Amino acid sequence: MGPTKVILLGLSLLLAAPSFAQQVAVIKFPELQKRLTRPTDTTYVINFWATWCAPCVKELPNFEQLRTTYANKKLKVLLVSLDYASQLDKKIKPFVKQRSLKSEVVILNEPDPNSWLDKVDPKWSGALPFTLIVNNKTKKRVTFEKELSAVELKAALQPFL
Amino acid sequence: MKKAIPFLTLCFALLLSSFVFRPVSEGYKVGDKAADFKLKNVDGKMVSLADNKTAKGYIVVFTCNTCPFAQAYESRIVSLNERYAPQGYPVVAINPNDPAVAPGDSYAAMQAKKYSFPYLQDESQQVAKLYGATRTPHLFVLTRKGADFVVSYIGAIDDNSEDPKQVKTKYVENAMADIMAGKPASPSSTKAVGCTIKWKRA
Repeated sequence: MGPTKVILLGLSLLLAAPSFAQQVAVIKFPELQKRLTRPTDTTYVINFWATWCAPCVKELPNFEQLRTTYANKKLKVLLVSLDYASQLDKKIKPFVKQRSLKSEVVILNEPDPNSWLDKVDPKWSGALPFTLIVNNKTKKRVTFEKELSAVELKAALQPFL
Repeated sequence: MKKAIPFLTLCFALLLSSFVFRPVSEGYKVGDKAADFKLKNVDGKMVSLADNKTAKGYIVVFTCNTCPFAQAYESRIVSLNERYAPQGYPVVAINPNDPAVAPGDSYAAMQAKKYSFPYLQDESQQVAKLYGATRTPHLFVLTRKGADFVVSYIGAIDDNSEDPKQVKTKYVENAMADIMAGKPASPSSTKAVGCTIKWKRA
């Protein structure tokens, strides 16, 4: 592919970008749980975050980066927002658009965290951010109740890939 | 380069082990004896649990100025004190956040709050670590047993942070009813989502 073609391709992707406008689904816990336990060989990186959580917002680009770094691997990033679902149009959608988030974003609409936090991980005390990396085929699973740097995230993923 | 690869692998393994195998401080569980502390209140005075001889216990809440969840619960924490202080269980609020990370949690910013209960700065973050607080708000009910205080409930205030009118279960009020009736709180620990405590950067 010549350089002109690459530029043209890049340009067309750039122009096409708005059509990829991110959908933000509002889900309940059983649906999330179904996705967490799906018996596939895909490694899921699930990051629990919120627009109001400064360390979460800071680490988001590290998760976005995984999409390109591991484009050839069976890896899926899911960003689970714990913002209030009532803020979907006012806060979350504009945030996702402004940051051009490409990973899938869902809002977990469950008012009582006590009813589901343990089911994600008994060790999770409820502080954000929280990250779960899981591969149900290999039964590998690791969790972090803290902000992850790009280096830490890469290191955490290494045993999965 | 041949030598460099095992070396890099070693570095990498060390890097990985530094957080995979890092021992996690467990903090208090229900039934544990709670250590007293001496922390500076917004009025400049030092406050300890032992100061209030008549207290039957305390509702210790790790909270802060800056976290939206702490803000959402602020008025509910004030109500807890109004309700339980006259019954012998006053609220003691502790702000564990490092102001270098969250400037809105500086001592001066804390002084802007005019609570009727102590609002203490955990400058060294030792109390939060000892108790095992991880987020704001994070609540611990202590009850007096002789000269000591015992942890009787850990966790959430209620089941809906966004809208107090939508609350179905008031976890801490249920726990207080049990505790004041001389029974163990059931449930004695619950979980809530909150902002991670802004720990000092290493």
